[in-house]
Amino acid sequence: MRSWGLGASGVWNTVADARTVGLLVRTSLLALAVTASAVVIAVPLAWLTTRTDLPGRRAWTVLTALPLVIPSYIGGYVFVAALGPRGIVQGWLEPLGVQRLPSIYGFGGAWLVLTLFTYPYVLLIVRAAIRGLDPTLEEASYSLGRGRRETLRRVVLPQLRPAIVAGSLLVALYTLHDFGAVSLLRFDSFTRAIYLNYQASFDRSRAAMLGVMLVALTLIVLVLEARARGRAAFYRRHPGGRRPPPQMSLGRWRGPALAACGAITGMALLLPVGIVVYWLVRAAGEGEPLRVAFAAAWNSVRVAGLGALIALVAAWPVAVLGVRFPGRGARTLERASYVGYALPGIVVALSLVFFGARYVPALYQTTAMLAFAYAVLFLPQAGGALRASLLQVDPHLEEAAQSLGSSRRRTALRIVLPLVRPGALAGLALVFLTAMKELPATLLLSPTGFSSLATEVWSATNAASFGRAALPALLLIVLASGPLAALLLSGSGERRLRGDR
Amino acid sequence: MRLPAAVRPARRDAGDTLAAMDSHAAAVACRHVGKRFGDVVALDDVSVTVQAGEILALLGPSGCGKTTFLRVVAGFERADEGTVALDGRPVDGDGTFVAPERRRAPLVFQDFALFPHMTVAGNVAYGIGRGDRDRVGEVLRLVGLHGLQDRYPHELSGGQQQRVALARALAPRPAIVLLDEPFSNLDADLRARVRGEVRTIIRAAGATAVFVTHDQSEAFDIADRIAVMRAGRIEQIGRPEEIYHVPETRFVADFVGRAEFLPATVHDGCIETELGTVSFDAATVDTGAAELMLRPEDIIIIERAGDGPAGEVVERRFQGPVNELVVRLASGRTVTSVHSSQTLFRPGDRIGVTFAPDHLVVFRGDRRVAWMPARDRTGTDVDPA
Repeated sequence: MRSWGLGASGVWNTVADARTVGLLVRTSLLALAVTASAVVIAVPLAWLTTRTDLPGRRAWTVLTALPLVIPSYIGGYVFVAALGPRGIVQGWLEPLGVQRLPSIYGFGGAWLVLTLFTYPYVLLIVRAAIRGLDPTLEEASYSLGRGRRETLRRVVLPQLRPAIVAGSLLVALYTLHDFGAVSLLRFDSFTRAIYLNYQASFDRSRAAMLGVMLVALTLIVLVLEARARGRAAFYRRHPGGRRPPPQMSLGRWRGPALAACGAITGMALLLPVGIVVYWLVRAAGEGEPLRVAFAAAWNSVRVAGLGALIALVAAWPVAVLGVRFPGRGARTLERASYVGYALPGIVVALSLVFFGARYVPALYQTTAMLAFAYAVLFLPQAGGALRASLLQVDPHLEEAAQSLGSSRRRTALRIVLPLVRPGALAGLALVFLTAMKELPATLLLSPTGFSSLATEVWSATNAASFGRAALPALLLIVLASGPLAALLLSGSGERRLRGDR
Repeated sequence: MRLPAAVRPARRDAGDTLAAMDSHAAAVACRHVGKRFGDVVALDDVSVTVQAGEILALLGPSGCGKTTFLRVVAGFERADEGTVALDGRPVDGDGTFVAPERRRAPLVFQDFALFPHMTVAGNVAYGIGRGDRDRVGEVLRLVGLHGLQDRYPHELSGGQQQRVALARALAPRPAIVLLDEPFSNLDADLRARVRGEVRTIIRAAGATAVFVTHDQSEAFDIADRIAVMRAGRIEQIGRPEEIYHVPETRFVADFVGRAEFLPATVHDGCIETELGTVSFDAATVDTGAAELMLRPEDIIIIERAGDGPAGEVVERRFQGPVNELVVRLASGRTVTSVHSSQTLFRPGDRIGVTFAPDHLVVFRGDRRVAWMPARDRTGTDVDPA
């Protein structure tokens, strides 16, 4: 606990500091606003893409989820490049005499960007919940004389509440922990303050103190989420359901529904990719060097892959214990592994910097340390995916194999492993995807001279050289889309994304 | 209406007559209803009429269309052909379609479909608006769940959930209640008890009920009339006694119980079988080969084989109150009979075999061609006429 270096009065001075209070208020407000708008966007989208006759429903299903692969710092970069001073839009409008656009910097910009790139978390979870709804409940409501609107309000929405709360939690945590977007959009939130404190001054104790406060804020969010779960039970009798769920006919709402899907996808997917490509073309025309980006891409893939493997290996015994030998000990262990879920990347990175520099200098500033940080941060995702598929392996199958004379080892290899493999691969893909996007830990823990796609994009955009950022940004989006598309197309992938952050 | 002891008219016409006769008063009147899913014909020219206050069972194997029929009546499926009217009001067909929520015909689901986020009281009150709290208590008393109104569905036993589902459906005082395999999610011992309760509750509520089942004992137990369905068509509609004792088709005979079809010859006012010849007063049946349908309890075992037809016990299956005896007749054909389990026959025993001569159901091919009514001890007909 580096912050104790401040002493008790120092701690109090930091906490009660007007700047700190302002930071706290601003960060909380941003988290609230982003969460609310993400829910408002995602819940109708989830319903439209699962239970209505929306034209091109399958395509929209994938398209509306894809903004997930765009890291918030690329989103921030894109919006600054498009709407910022000397940006593309202003370039178009200047001949028309428009000298200044409303500023993209600050709360509004951060709100917009974070909403656009975090709503898929809510979307995916709510969509999985809608697919899991028992359609007979809706039919029961109709047969008791209640119409469509009342059925949605009194039967469907209450059923979706746990999913909405879970998705909101992810968005709120993401916003609290986000570093890239708020930095690029110059919005002073906790993470940015921590980084600036760490980077600019040598006052590392203050950075640590702010980190502790951010963790505390995170814990408050987690407690609120637990409260919001309520006391009624949510369970299903028939997983999967025997009858295809009823489809709602959109009728005259078809046009507006299509327009809404188009607008969201346009802003959150088409615009970023389009702008990145625009800058790429411009940069290529100006003869920017491209080779660096490919080296960075290899670094990204290598370290993210290593981190995903470590996370998977570490999550395995925890998941097996939790599923096969449920008890207090296993539960505690499982909870402990979920700490990564609640810890902001920047805080984990800081603690590893302190820890590495002081106790294991051999590892400090190595890619191994970075991969380890990824594993700590994303362990819950790997664990969640593994747990979900292990739960589906009926223990009777193992017992059947053993009663047929198969040894424990053979049973594990021949029975359990093949059944769990899809889940394990999904977990791997998920951690890989998230680690590719990760920025703060990568910035703080990278060895000197090491650059990944994330750091390339960040340093280039920080220097406002959008052309240089374009190629790494595009590579990052493309490389991260692969695992996500695979997850979305492999039926149960959406459920596995529950562990995502 | 007395069933003629002759070939009955085609089913379609019979349905027509019923529908035309009763449609003004009927709680449910379906005429020539057809429904297909792609290439699969789920309902084929189904005509059913249910009188107010009546309990009708739709009985048939899985996939016979009985649940589809129920969902058409409830409004969750739209009929491709034919019409449906509830309480004299057309709800489907001829260009009209009334949405499920406007039909006042609540459906009790196989899995009960209780809203998990509402209490028992919340579930029961769902269909009746908030003002009518008295009705909730009233219905809960009717189903014997008073005092449990603040529980959540997952805190109830299966039988209790079943009764909440029924209470929820009855609360809005519907004209008709539809039940989809209402007992299949209950344990076997619970099922028998709940069956009786449900019948009593529906009667006490004065409701009309249509329920779907694949279990003939359920249908016998609860229904006033039974419609046996097969491959989207109604094979026979009638009182449980008619369905069991006077099945119209071989399928119905086999589906509602064990049936033996003994080769027989009709000639000169007699019917002649391996188990004896009895007089058969049915002028409308052509002379020639036919089959006599016998239920196991119609086949009578005589302990000591006399001069009459005899057989050999092949197998004995202890069933508690009775033994099922598989008997090989002189012709080599085996038939199954039931006999008091107090008497111990062993495989290999020689016994006399005959049949009850006052209850004759004659088949030719897949269909019944003639029958003579069974008489109970007081001598009255079982026939509903």
